Amino acid sequence: MVISMGMTISEKILAKASGRKYVTPGEYVVGKIDLAMIHDLTGPLTLNVLKQVGYEKPWNSDKIVIIFDHQVPANSTITAELQKQLRKYAKKYGIKLHDVGRQGICHQILAEEYVKPGMLVVGADSHTCTLGALGAFATGIGSTDMAAVILTGELWFRVPESIRFELKGDLKLGVSAKDVILYIIGMVGADGALYCAVEFSGDGIRKMSIDSRLTICNMAVEMGAKTGIVDPDEKTMEYCGTGEIIESDKDAEYYKEFEINLNEIIPQVALPHSVDNVKPVSEVEGIEVDQVFIGSCTNGRLEDLEAAAEILKGRKVWKDTRLIIIPASPRVYMEAERRGYIRTFIEAGAVVCNPNCGPCLGGHMGILADDEVCVSTSNRNFVGRMGSPKSKVYLVSPQTAAATAVEGKLVDPRRYMGDMK
Amino acid sequence: MIISGRVWKFGDDIDTDVIIPAKYLRSVDKSIWPKHVLEGIDPTFSSKVKSGDIIVAGKNFGCGSSREQAVLAIKWAGISAIVAESFARIFFRNGINNGLLLIECKGISNAVDNGDVIEINLNEGIIKTKRGILKYKPLPQFLQEILNSGGLVEYYKKKIKGSAP
Repeated sequence: MVISMGMTISEKILAKASGRKYVTPGEYVVGKIDLAMIHDLTGPLTLNVLKQVGYEKPWNSDKIVIIFDHQVPANSTITAELQKQLRKYAKKYGIKLHDVGRQGICHQILAEEYVKPGMLVVGADSHTCTLGALGAFATGIGSTDMAAVILTGELWFRVPESIRFELKGDLKLGVSAKDVILYIIGMVGADGALYCAVEFSGDGIRKMSIDSRLTICNMAVEMGAKTGIVDPDEKTMEYCGTGEIIESDKDAEYYKEFEINLNEIIPQVALPHSVDNVKPVSEVEGIEVDQVFIGSCTNGRLEDLEAAAEILKGRKVWKDTRLIIIPASPRVYMEAERRGYIRTFIEAGAVVCNPNCGPCLGGHMGILADDEVCVSTSNRNFVGRMGSPKSKVYLVSPQTAAATAVEGKLVDPRRYMGDMK
Repeated sequence: MIISGRVWKFGDDIDTDVIIPAKYLRSVDKSIWPKHVLEGIDPTFSSKVKSGDIIVAGKNFGCGSSREQAVLAIKWAGISAIVAESFARIFFRNGINNGLLLIECKGISNAVDNGDVIEINLNEGIIKTKRGILKYKPLPQFLQEILNSGGLVEYYKKKIKGSAP
């Protein structure tokens, strides 16, 4: 083996966490976990597994966080019971808990308060890959894996092959990070990065805000990836405060490489019922819409609410369409309120809910009935994802969602930017 | 070891939302999961599936969320193994961790039809179908141990027992 060969950021973080100098794709390693997260939907099953094992004491309470985000405040007695179990466990072992009032979408809370560059992060939620945007290796695991992590602080990993997407150029007006990731998923397919780490590099990603990078990495799992990841830079360090800068070597090996020219991307939509069923919005404009949802771990951040507010300011939501807006965290909520976005939304005729996952997974706050159509900024449009198996979900950017809410039908947001008329 | 069973055949990208919709997750009564397994594709599936049956699928089986209930719903419905062109990675981990036999086998989709009986020889890493014999790459040793123990919980219990004085 040529020891001088370069490594990717993913390989370097897994090597560091497993006490090795060097790892190669395909190798199995046992990594020490820097941060583990469970939420109100996968947490109870984790506790159940701990019960079966017969041990429940965490390896290190300071490295675990419990975040309520899927159904908060509790929407049924069953949910309330499950949340009570988690509350009790957190209290018993001194684990940090984001309970009602401090709750928010787990990946946003993790980004704001916990994840630092260079960390190995696991979460019992598939969208944990979001956090790779901060230069950490972050991936989703199931509840049994999580129970093993809680007891031992370790987990086995297969070192993934890396796929690099080099983003070049600038986004056009009315186009956002969401359009970029939808475009990429449409290009490679729902299993286009199966078992791989997808790394986003180039001046295009450097110019993007942390909010945008989180959006892009969030959907890496929708092409089958283990994580999405971005080399940390000064923006990352400013956002995170501290952390270890680990970057891909120039001579690192990639399984596949793609170049994406951002200038060529126009607003995109993933049509029902798969995330890789992607087309330009301009080709399918006019579909009538019952509900629009702006929020989720993909697009519930300040930048997303800002984009929506710019379009909704002084306009009204179409009379036969419902607009639901959910800020991703209390921090996002408060800043949106300070900047007047929340007033703009309410004046436009939207409902603004407390930070949580909302209707994204059909659990709470805006579940769809038979034959209803929803345009959503979330990340999945599978059959029955947001409620009835007969409903239809179209995935779009916050700009497209806001413009659609105004017209009551799917519309290219560039019409609202003076760019298309 | 050889297992054989009747095949239920599915396509590509079978996601966890159709395997078990989120509305059934927040439940303390776990017996409802197998009752609703795969109802997003075939609402009558749970009434037709028999213990020992095998699922054969295309690529990316189990994509979507990390919900382990998707594995449990399938396992508790009586499915003895899933043979697919490929699996989504979280589902794959969850399957092994819960002692559900998962086999990645290229070409399986074209080799079998719904209702066929197939035979899996775990020692030799081969699958006998009506259109011929397919080879697959067995799991790495330590994953095989987890699977043989019946899942990660049993594996740990054994380990803890083994290390006791």
